[in-house]
Amino acid sequence: MLATFSWVAMTFTDLTILFARENDLDPGIEEYIPNIFYITYTLSLFIFYRFRVEKAENLNFLDLLWRIFVTGLITTVASLAIKSIDMIMGGSKLMEYKVVIDLQFLLHLGLLIAFLVSTFVVWKRLILYQKSKFLLRTWSVFEYSMFASLLAIFLPAEIQEYILYALILMGLFLSVNMKWVAFLTFKQKWKSILLLLLTILYLVYFYISLTQMRTEYDFLLVAKDSVFIRAAFFFCTTYAAFSLLVILFNLPTSSAFEQKLDEVVNFQRLSQAIQTEQSEEQVYEILLDSATRVASADAAWIEVSQNGRMEYFTQNITTEQIEGIKRFVKDKKLRGVLDFDSADRNLKGGQHLSRLKDNLFKSIVAFQLIVNNERMGMLVLLREVSDGFTRELTEITETFVNQAAISIEGFRMMSDAIENERYKEELKIAKQVQSKLLPGVLEGGRDFEIAAFSEAADEVGGDYYDAYQINDDKVALIIGDVSGKGTSAAFHMAQMKGIFHGLAQMDLDPKQFLIRANHAISTGLDKSSFITVSYYIIDQSTKTVEFARAGHCPTLFFSEEEKTSKYFTNKGLGLGIIRTNDFENYIQVSSFQYKPGDVMVLYTDGITEAKNDKSDEYGYEKLKVVLKDNSSLSAEEIQISLIGDLYEFCEQNELDDDYTTVIIKFK
Amino acid sequence: MVRIETNSEAGIFVISIDGDIDASSSIQLDDVMRTSIAERHPKIVISCEKLAYISSAGLGVFMSYIEDINSNDIKMAIYGLNEKVMNVFEILGLDQLLNIVNTKEEASTLVNEV
Repeated sequence: MLATFSWVAMTFTDLTILFARENDLDPGIEEYIPNIFYITYTLSLFIFYRFRVEKAENLNFLDLLWRIFVTGLITTVASLAIKSIDMIMGGSKLMEYKVVIDLQFLLHLGLLIAFLVSTFVVWKRLILYQKSKFLLRTWSVFEYSMFASLLAIFLPAEIQEYILYALILMGLFLSVNMKWVAFLTFKQKWKSILLLLLTILYLVYFYISLTQMRTEYDFLLVAKDSVFIRAAFFFCTTYAAFSLLVILFNLPTSSAFEQKLDEVVNFQRLSQAIQTEQSEEQVYEILLDSATRVASADAAWIEVSQNGRMEYFTQNITTEQIEGIKRFVKDKKLRGVLDFDSADRNLKGGQHLSRLKDNLFKSIVAFQLIVNNERMGMLVLLREVSDGFTRELTEITETFVNQAAISIEGFRMMSDAIENERYKEELKIAKQVQSKLLPGVLEGGRDFEIAAFSEAADEVGGDYYDAYQINDDKVALIIGDVSGKGTSAAFHMAQMKGIFHGLAQMDLDPKQFLIRANHAISTGLDKSSFITVSYYIIDQSTKTVEFARAGHCPTLFFSEEEKTSKYFTNKGLGLGIIRTNDFENYIQVSSFQYKPGDVMVLYTDGITEAKNDKSDEYGYEKLKVVLKDNSSLSAEEIQISLIGDLYEFCEQNELDDDYTTVIIKFK
Repeated sequence: MVRIETNSEAGIFVISIDGDIDASSSIQLDDVMRTSIAERHPKIVISCEKLAYISSAGLGVFMSYIEDINSNDIKMAIYGLNEKVMNVFEILGLDQLLNIVNTKEEASTLVNEV
């Protein structure tokens, strides 16, 4: 709107001045007024085009060129129409009037400026494609200088010339930026050439028609020699010409560039396959497809060993052919092709297969698929021409293979993580089940109270303790420790519980109990595993404790009368060490009479062997002292003090064994 | 960590253990014991002078070869156990099944007995 108004105003004022001068009248308008309208016109056009072109963000290069072409076409046709009117009315006197000629010129000028500005804006967009900071700055200087040059019409002619040269130089400098050309496809390049040619043609046409007019007539308007128009004209033409040449020279290489683009796209597809919804098989398929296309291979296969089985993914090749090629490579001892034992990881360059009978393929290249430093399989590409694989192609294919390997690694890690999670869940269940194997609360007797504590280093452990009321007077007690820890220990611990509950109710003496337990446990125990237990029978009618030790830690006892604590040192042998009747020779039964205030402490070696940061063991001595110091407390309080002392000793050090203690306090 | 060395000295096959024997290093001990018995050395002496610690898994190794040693008529003696290690052997009762002595000389004499 502003543009049209400015143009009309420019024309009107100019014509008024001219008319007035012709008729020796005072127009009442200063001579610089039309020039100001000329500047306004140009600027408003510029803003208009800039807005239009920039708004259309997703226009491709060809669309932009098309726009210039259309603008050029319209303006040229308009200009031709004006000329033809001039031709038709050529003879008439009207044409003699300077006013009419001036009007014609002004129309042409308006059209040219419109065309130049629109071209300028589009060129800007093309030049600034993939811009750098420096380029952006240079362009801004250029653009603002161009605006400033509009004002140059008020300056002396000499200075105008200098400005013109400066602008032309800047324009030339900027014209070498044509990265966009590289992104045209082959077809688009041809179209661009055509459009650019036509654009140049329009520009030349305008130039000629304007200069002709200028030379023939004397115009009032200074704009006819404007620096802006000349500079813009020069810039637009140069850039069009440069682009034309560059596109022309780029034509032969455009297929290679398209291939590069294809690689990028394929690479992206491979990367995307990392996402979990795609499977490992799909990664192989994509790899096979991409590699074949990128390397222009005629056939390809991927072989992967999965769970000890060879799996093939093939393209344009049968399994028989693969076997044939493999045989050929082996027979001809083409080293480093399909065997990756040699130091060379990948074979670079093609190998001839020309002498392979019944086979189309003459070059072969193979890549290893390495996942987690482990050879997974390989990708083999084949071509029907000899020396068909260049170094560049093999290198690119290698990056593809590596990318695929990363994807597969991702899958593996994911499935491992899921599996781990499942195991953890299972272990949690095992822990729950096992915690039910240990008695929740131990029932005391009329002569004693009892407290127990057990903690496993892993989810499940191999420590065991239990109690069984044989009759009103007798209570059987057991503490045990399965060698090793974790799941296998937990199984044997469960077995031990079964044995205890089976045998305890038979009211056996401790020696008989251990002999039968040894017999029972030996059948299911690994050759190098054993179980240590201590078995006690508390008889409240006689106030005695009868006990035997099968390789288990010596029982700690505090005598209230003597005010000392000591370890019982009876002999014994772990269950499962000797699996014959010979076992009974190694078992010794001891007994003692208890008095009120006496304390018996059963424990597993997890307590005595617990270590602190300095690798010192908790040991027997500390246990003895802590019992003596706390012997006056209740069974539960003693247990709490003991475990508290143990934790204090170990500090931050995590306990790496199962540890259990059972405290019996007599009353 | 454990380092186990073997060598023959005057007809006696000597196994020297240096370090800790826990669940993972007991596999090494097991290997050495198995090959020593498979090679049918008639006289084996195990030096534990540098054995700092033994876990139940390590004891399991010794225990698992007791039967093989007896049935193959191999004479085996262990010497140089420190107090802590000795205590562990005693608690389990292995001292009743294995020849455990203090010095190398005693061990040699023991395996050389007819």
